[in-house]
Parts: sequence; C-alpha cells; structure tokens
Amino acid sequence: MDNQVFKKTIGLTEKEFSYCPGCTHGVIHRLVAESLEELGVIGKAVGVASVGCSVINYEFFDCDMQQAAHGRAPAVATGIKRVNPDNIVFTYQGDGDLAAIGTAEAIHAAHRSENITVIFVNNAIFGMTGGQMAPTTLKGQKTTTSQAGRDPHLAGMPIRMSEILGQVPGAHYVERVSVHDPKHIIKAKRAIKKAFKNQVDGKGFSLVEIISTCPVNWKMTPVDSINWLKSNMIEYYPLGVIKDGDSND
Amino acid sequence: MAKVLMKGNEAMALAAIKGGVDAFFGYPITPQNEIPEYLSRELPKLGKVFVQAESEVAAINMVYGAGGAGARVLTSSSSPGIALKQEGITYMVGSQIPGVIINVMRGGPGLGGIQPSQADYNQVTRGGGNGDYNTIVLAPEDVQEAVDLVKESFDLADYYRNPVMIAADGLIGQMMAPVDLDRPVPKIDLPEKDWATIGTENRKPGKDGKVECNTIVSLSLVDTVLEDMNIELQKKFNHMKENQQRYELIKMEDAELVIVAYGTSSRICRSAINDLREEGIKVGMIRPITLWPFPEKAFNEIPKTAKGLMTVEMSMGQMIDDVKIANNGRLPVGFYGRCGGVIPEPEEIVKACKEFLGGLNG
Amino acid sequence: MAKGRIVVSTDRCKGCSLCVNACPQGVIELDKKVNVKGYTPAFAKHPEKCTGCTFCALVCPDVVIEVYREKGGKANG
Repeated sequence: MDNQVFKKTIGLTEKEFSYCPGCTHGVIHRLVAESLEELGVIGKAVGVASVGCSVINYEFFDCDMQQAAHGRAPAVATGIKRVNPDNIVFTYQGDGDLAAIGTAEAIHAAHRSENITVIFVNNAIFGMTGGQMAPTTLKGQKTTTSQAGRDPHLAGMPIRMSEILGQVPGAHYVERVSVHDPKHIIKAKRAIKKAFKNQVDGKGFSLVEIISTCPVNWKMTPVDSINWLKSNMIEYYPLGVIKDGDSND
Repeated sequence: MAKVLMKGNEAMALAAIKGGVDAFFGYPITPQNEIPEYLSRELPKLGKVFVQAESEVAAINMVYGAGGAGARVLTSSSSPGIALKQEGITYMVGSQIPGVIINVMRGGPGLGGIQPSQADYNQVTRGGGNGDYNTIVLAPEDVQEAVDLVKESFDLADYYRNPVMIAADGLIGQMMAPVDLDRPVPKIDLPEKDWATIGTENRKPGKDGKVECNTIVSLSLVDTVLEDMNIELQKKFNHMKENQQRYELIKMEDAELVIVAYGTSSRICRSAINDLREEGIKVGMIRPITLWPFPEKAFNEIPKTAKGLMTVEMSMGQMIDDVKIANNGRLPVGFYGRCGGVIPEPEEIVKACKEFLGGLNG
Repeated sequence: MAKGRIVVSTDRCKGCSLCVNACPQGVIELDKKVNVKGYTPAFAKHPEKCTGCTFCALVCPDVVIEVYREKGGKANG
C-alpha cells in the first residue's frame, strides 16, 4: 500500500491548460492554486487576469475571476479589494503587462500599499503576440522587434521591476524567484504562499517576480529553455528577497 | 425640503451619496475637482471608499473592479480625462458592469481649455472606445436637474448592468444654485447582483448544490460566441432606445422654428425664445435630456407650423448629426455654435434664429 | 531507498520532456506513440527505479503526474 504524495490541487479547475508545451505558466498557476488551497482561502479569492498568454487563466483558477485590460490589473484589484476587504485579491501578470503598459498601476498599488498579491511572470519576451521585445528582454536577445538583438542604445537596458517596486515605501514584500528546477520551484512556492499569507494577515502590497521560460518564442525546446534561463536570466535578475517588511533591518 | 445653495460639482457629489454610492475613484482635472474633493471628505465619514487614483485610466479600472465586485461606483472627470477612460468604459459595457461616470465638459480638442463646452457630444454618445456599445447619457440643464439625474443614475446603471454617463458642462459644475437634495427621483426594483465576484464562499449554491465561479470577462476568441455576446448587448441597447428617451418640449404648440439644444445651451435658448416671442416670432425648443438614446420620439411632436430646426451647441456641431437623422429630411436644419469655452449670449441666438428664418421665408 | 510510483494522465501530457529532464533516477521517457493530441507523452519506462521524490510532478507544467510512495518510506531526490 502506498500514500499519495503528490496530488493536483483543488484550486485548479479540470480544464487543460492552453499553454505551450513546457511553458512554466502551468507550474506557476499550480503554485498559486496550491497556496490558496493550503491557506484555506479559495472561497474568498478573487483573481484578476491580465492580458498576455495567461489572458484566459480565469478558466483555470477555481475561484471568482475578473479580466483586466492590459496593464490595469493592479487598479482593478484595488477596486475589488477596497470595496470587499475580506476577499483575497490577486493579480497574475506577464512582463509586457506589468513592466511595459502597467508600470504606473503596479507602482501606485505598491505606493498605496494595497493589501493585494501580485504574481509577476517574467519571461523576457511578449509571448502571446508572437515574441516581441519586452522591457525585460536581455541585452543582445533576439526577438521579432529586436531582430539583431536588443540594443541598449535604442531600447535601453532591461528593467528590473522588483528592485523598482522594492523602493516604493508602501511595498511590504517583494521577492524574485525562479521555476527552472525542483529546488527553485519549492522556493518559489514558499514565496508565493508568503505573498498570500501577507494579505491574509493584512500586511500590505506583496509581489513575487517569477523568472520563467517561453520555449516557443525563444525558439528552444522546453529543456533548453530551462537551461538558457539558468545561464542567462538569473545573472541579470538575481533571485532573493528584495524587500520584506517583516524582517527588522 | 428647504433648498441649499451649493456649487454644482459639490451638489452632484452629494447627490451621488444620496444615490447610494459605495465607492469613488477619480483623478484631479479642472473644472470638476470639487467632486473628488467633496467626496474625499464625506465618503470616509460614511465608511465608504474614496481613492484618488494615479490617473483617469487607473480610476476607471478601479471602477470596473469595484463594480464587478458588486459595489455602486462613481468616477468623475472632464473631457480629456474622459478620453482616457474610453477603454475602461468599453470593458464595463462588454463585461456588463454598472457604474456612473460624470463628465464636466470643457473645450477641446487636445488639452483644449478649462471653460464650459459641449464638444464631447460625439465622444459620449458615439463612444470613443472600441466595439459596438452604448451608454445612457444624461444631460442636465441646471444644478437641480444634475442632482436628480445623478441620484437616479445608480439605479439605471444597476438595472441595465451598464455604465451611465452624466454629461454636464463646466458652467453647471462651477455655478452656485439653490438645490433640493431630497427631491424624489424614480426608483427601480433591482435584482440581487448574483453575478458579482465576491468569492465562492459568499454565494449560495445553484440548483445542483454547487457554487459556480463568477467570471467577469469581455473576451471571446470564438467569433460566433462574441457575436452572440454582442446580440445580447444590443437587446439591452434596444430596450434603452425604446424606454429611456427623455426630453422636454418648450413652447412647441405653434412654433415656426424649433430649436434643439441641451444643457447650458438650452438654458440660454430659453431666454432667446422669450425674446423672440416678444417680437412675435414663434420659436419653440426640443431639449434632449438623454443624449443617448437620442430622443427621436420628440421629433414626432414637431407642429405642422414649423418651417425649420435650429441646432444650438457649444461646439462646432456634433448633435446636429443626430438632429438630421431624427428629422429624416423633413425640415431644413440650421446651426449656431460657439466653442472653446465661449458661452453664447441670448442676443446671438436671437440673431441666428432670425437670419435662419429669414432665409427660409425669403 | 523507498519505492515510488507515478501515474501520468497520458492524454493531457504535451510531451515537453521537463519531467524526463528532472527525474534523478532516469525513470521517465517519452513514448514513441502519440496521444489524442498528437504529443508523445511521458511514461515510466523504468518504474522500478522510482523513489517517489515528486520532482517530475513539481516541474510538470500541465499537472498531469500523480506520485505515490510506499508507507513509511522517505525518498532520496
């Protein structure tokens, strides 16, 4: 007789993910859903879907969901949380959504210390629209709008949103994690669960940036993408806690 | 109830409170700043929500979120800020989220000016956002009517699950006037908001004993599904067209010339009509109170004595298109307008009416 | 080492190979036959080597793997 040691969380619906094979969105969805289940807050949860590959994630999370316009999710989440403070409100955003069009909404939600949880998926590219350069695209990285590689003279250096948001006084907790191997996935889960626990405890704005892959638009296999992430992205986007209002410095 | 002397913007803000507003999200822009200022002070006293957002864009998205969560929500702005809200408004319509938007109109295009204008007619009735959509647009003539319409707008928005726009102009927003804040307005019997995103544990199970998740979306990647969504929305808009046309008829019975004007323009035209009638020139007026749905029914009440229609707007001519459509080629249509924040005097309108009538008679 | 066992929802698997790559024991391979979606799904080619460490399930982006471990056993990852 054996024990089941890994089971799919009830925080996810039965619907099959529409993501590309090997896309780490699926892993991150699972971590979010598990966190909600383990904290016992699926029934209170209201998620805000953004615009990107995860635009239809309202079909995958088994809780109330509202879709937001591109970049606006933190503002939509603010509206929901302010009128119903007992709900556990989260946004799930890609790097185009949060680091391009949505920088103002992200910064100001942190600035007001809205008691919400922001899940920020950084895969250094615009996935859904077919692989254009994102603000997070690495120097020299080839995309459909930086076909010779990102040129900092034309497009600037990639933006580190977690460091920016960590500077905002209202941000309570900001951590950057990765999901490229089991050890990092376990750490990512810890960070995501903490970001939700902070909301339950009323601590204010919590954000987890998750370094992720985009095999199709990076033009690599899923396994090669994992390795490319490890070798290239973590050096520029260092993992770890950027800000934690719980620690006494 | 005794009348209180109030500034238009503040009266509209208090009217929103009387209309049951739960939350206000807005951003400063002249000439409507008294609305957020008043609500920033009064809403917290009532345990309600006030947020000064980082932009008009953020504000309308907060409205969309809070409205989706079942609250009665308000935002206010002025013309350039309303332009910024267009995307958010279409999301509200597409997702069937109620809310009230007050537009205290100023001159444009672009940054324009800060003085009163009616140059947003196209923006508010045609919608500057994408897709097939409409919102009810209510145009008060004075501060009292603004109060009444703001109070009523929350029920209307909830009834239709659609945004309602109040198109006031800067003059109405800034003027002081005596108002009765408790004048009764029509109330609608409203169903529970069982579609709101309040969390599955806060909702009763369905017939099968399960609680379904509520999702608020305006997206469909399947063409026939999106078409069906639009057909459903059109049913609402058709209901509005049938049932929500509002207008006032002034001195129409024997009119040779019928002015069509709304808001501050219509108030000035009232004076012009009196002046013209003193000279024996019989002029009447159709005053649209809803800009959308445009009160086409009013045009069936134009007397046989009428020789022409005169549209008067504080713009270069936007409502005139709807006047021509409603008129349907029956009568000649003239136009008089000032813009940029210039408010016409009654004498100018008298002169324009005489010239137009002279042209028709001669 | 403990005895483990995986159950793969074959028809939901997209054959991405992340589990193949993650398994420290080399238990998993991709089948040569395609599933209903046209992908070559993962399966336990060497089930006797499985320790139930759950690495495969942790990395699976489609949550198609269930993992079991014999009672009282601890997996070595």
